[in-house]
Amino acid sequence: MSHSTGMDDARGSTARAGANEAVPLLELRDLAITFATSNGDVEAVRNAHLTVMPGETVAIVGESGSGKSTTALAAIGLLPGNGRVSNGSIIFDGEDITRASQKRIVELRGSSIGMVPQDPMSNLNPVWKIGFQVRETLRANGLPSGTQDVAKVLAEAGLPDAESRANQYPHEFSGGMRQRALIAIGLSCRPRLLIADEPTSALDVTVQRQILDHLDTMTEQLGTAVLLITHDLGLAAERAHKVIVMYRGQVVEAGPALELLTNPRHPYTQKLVASAPSIASRRIASAKKARVVSGDELAPAVPRDAGKDTVIEVSDLTKVFKLRGSWGRSTDFTAVDDVSFSVQRGTTTAVVGESGSGKSTVAKMVLGLEDATSGSIRFDGVDITTLGRKDLFDFRRRVQPIFQDPYGSLDPMYNIYRTIEEPLRVHGIGDSKSREKKVRELLDQVALPSSMMQRFPNELSGGQRQRVAIARALALDPEVVICDEAVSALDVLVQAQILNLLADLQSELGLSYLFITHDLAVVRQIADHVAVMEKGRLVEQGTTDDVFDNPQTAYTKALLAAIPGAGLELPPEAA
Amino acid sequence: MTWYIVRRFLQMIPVFLGATLLVYFLVFSLPGDATAAICGDRGCTPAVVAGLREQYNLDEPFFIQYLLYLKGVLTFDLGTNFSGRPIATIIAEVFPTTAKLALMALVLEAVFGIVFGLVAGLRKGKLFDSSVLVLSLVVIAVPIFVLGFLMQFLIGVKLQWTNPTVSGDATFTELILPAVVLGLVSFAYVLRLTRTSIIENVNADYVRTATAKGLSRKRVVVVHVLRNSLIPVVTFLGADLGALMGGAIVTEGIFNVNGVGNTLYRAVLNGDGPMVVSIVTFLILIFVLANLLVDLLYAWLDPRIRYA
Repeated sequence: MSHSTGMDDARGSTARAGANEAVPLLELRDLAITFATSNGDVEAVRNAHLTVMPGETVAIVGESGSGKSTTALAAIGLLPGNGRVSNGSIIFDGEDITRASQKRIVELRGSSIGMVPQDPMSNLNPVWKIGFQVRETLRANGLPSGTQDVAKVLAEAGLPDAESRANQYPHEFSGGMRQRALIAIGLSCRPRLLIADEPTSALDVTVQRQILDHLDTMTEQLGTAVLLITHDLGLAAERAHKVIVMYRGQVVEAGPALELLTNPRHPYTQKLVASAPSIASRRIASAKKARVVSGDELAPAVPRDAGKDTVIEVSDLTKVFKLRGSWGRSTDFTAVDDVSFSVQRGTTTAVVGESGSGKSTVAKMVLGLEDATSGSIRFDGVDITTLGRKDLFDFRRRVQPIFQDPYGSLDPMYNIYRTIEEPLRVHGIGDSKSREKKVRELLDQVALPSSMMQRFPNELSGGQRQRVAIARALALDPEVVICDEAVSALDVLVQAQILNLLADLQSELGLSYLFITHDLAVVRQIADHVAVMEKGRLVEQGTTDDVFDNPQTAYTKALLAAIPGAGLELPPEAA
Repeated sequence: MTWYIVRRFLQMIPVFLGATLLVYFLVFSLPGDATAAICGDRGCTPAVVAGLREQYNLDEPFFIQYLLYLKGVLTFDLGTNFSGRPIATIIAEVFPTTAKLALMALVLEAVFGIVFGLVAGLRKGKLFDSSVLVLSLVVIAVPIFVLGFLMQFLIGVKLQWTNPTVSGDATFTELILPAVVLGLVSFAYVLRLTRTSIIENVNADYVRTATAKGLSRKRVVVVHVLRNSLIPVVTFLGADLGALMGGAIVTEGIFNVNGVGNTLYRAVLNGDGPMVVSIVTFLILIFVLANLLVDLLYAWLDPRIRYA
């Protein structure tokens, strides 16, 4: 375990922005955090060391369950009820706050240590106005809290028209605006340390970039130190002076960001660097320039004879939703506007866009789950928008979906066998014996042991569940699989595994994929063709290489620039 | 919002028609002659019977009877009961007592239910929580007439803290004990509902964020946990108001309260059809209005809900 040498690096590294003071602002020494569960105590974090100098940005990187959030929350006394610091100490500005009184912790919160939480959708109280939630923060920390002060705080965080916005409720804000409000709250009392827990992971890439840029500017101006928690190594490297990698509750490596990326020592960091999509896609690009390797090494290439015939052809597809207004009137909202593209047999076409771009509506219409307002969707030459019930049923056998949320898309009351076998039964295929054989084959194809058949979804990890979802989608031997954000909810390493699995299955079974995603880095790894959507319209399409190397529209350029880590200059051989 | 309220009032029309038709049908299609109930064992002369049949439209076909009754309701003429007293006067006489009793019960169950539920929810799994849970289960499980008679006997007869029964004036102090009994079961439900809701909300992300802002524990609980937790509780309380206004038959019977429930009970026993139909119609109206009130309150508590 190389974490001791890593630690020396962390301590020895000199921070950039105005951190000449010798006293660290936050220091965790040998920290251990234990959770009391019904199965006894579980140690979530062990021997965690970290230091944050005043004004410095330090990132903790790790996958879900690595203990990165728990470590950061402990510093502000926000461990859940069954968690406690079981060893080591937390020193803030020279004061040991590990066992400080509740009163002292309340004093520190907000005014000395601020927090920007992860999910802007759930972190604002839905029943109070934004202005109220800012005002109470100011008031609790003894700052002036008039209407003007509230508006000023919100305006600082880049919220336009702050004074009238303060009178709105959270549900009237977009995700990006909510996150701005949360940043405003986190920084409103000028804390010396800001804990930012995945502050942008729930946002679109372009919004993510704006928010992070703004956060950078603000904390720099105010001289606030930032403890940034993220699962995205590219993002950490781009934003932080120092990166700390956590794995299974332990700090496995720490050091200056670039050094850690170019020369990862711990095997886990090496794996992380290799599969982080943002850096990996950058690698493909740089490798291409150097003509060393082809991108196919990451995602095995589809047979080149594929793509000769068109399996799905979407032309002039439009979807108009009627929004209910007051007094029974309705207004039209065009979610998908005159979209045309095609999917060639045996290849992957990605539809990329931010939330609200209409990409998921396109997927639903291609699946026959939503009626098109106008236009046509031809599957193997037949227009599915005109199919009757019986024909639609047969069509569904040939086109199967994989959805984003592996927790929500599997029935918790069905065991794995029943989940995968259900489509076979519904479509009346084979007898129970042949169906069981088929399920075993499918589990084998997605690299799950057949002993898993009797288990239930809650006993599986996110990656395993997504494999089950893939097995279920493949049960009917479909020709086309529609992946709606199929890997977005997964950790980077798991994401890479699933993408490889999808690529393997494609070359093995000759599948065609329609891949709906917001993540351009993923597109780079899996797609042959890309269609970029913005506000319901298709703004650009072409081969993946063309779109990435030579984007035509400003929107695509902005999307590409917003990939975290895209701006990092890495030598081709580094990764 | 205006459109929503207008629509809700329009929706009340079919509910009202359907419910009255059903009640009317049930009461007047009972076997036996309705006049027999008035005349008692000794019977009336054929002339009197004919007069009664004329007065209550008993010779008309059922549907005409119903329409004539509706006409009366719409012109605010509920007619007279079988003893010849105007039904509207009787309702006006007994309703204030029932309303007073119902409101007292509602306040008691809301205040105690929410406070106990809040404390239990915050101390989940501790002694207070467990004991309150067991007690509330007992209250829900034991029939209300058992609890009613028990409390009447202990507090009214043995300890003599209050009158065991309520006089005609139905003063505030006299009504406390019946109100406690009336609200007891709902109190247990409110408590459990609040507790569950608090437990759900206390771990919400926005509560953690509120704590991270530097707010005191008290403020976090009152401002961020309690208000959000009250949304389902208010729904229950509103629906319960409608039930309490009309459904106090058992409690009013035990404590001899001269209210709507008792009057309805006597009317049923006497076979006083017009009276039964009128009171039930009145209760239906109250129930529907209470539900409308709940829905409006809901929108006020939760700004995400917009009626259109």
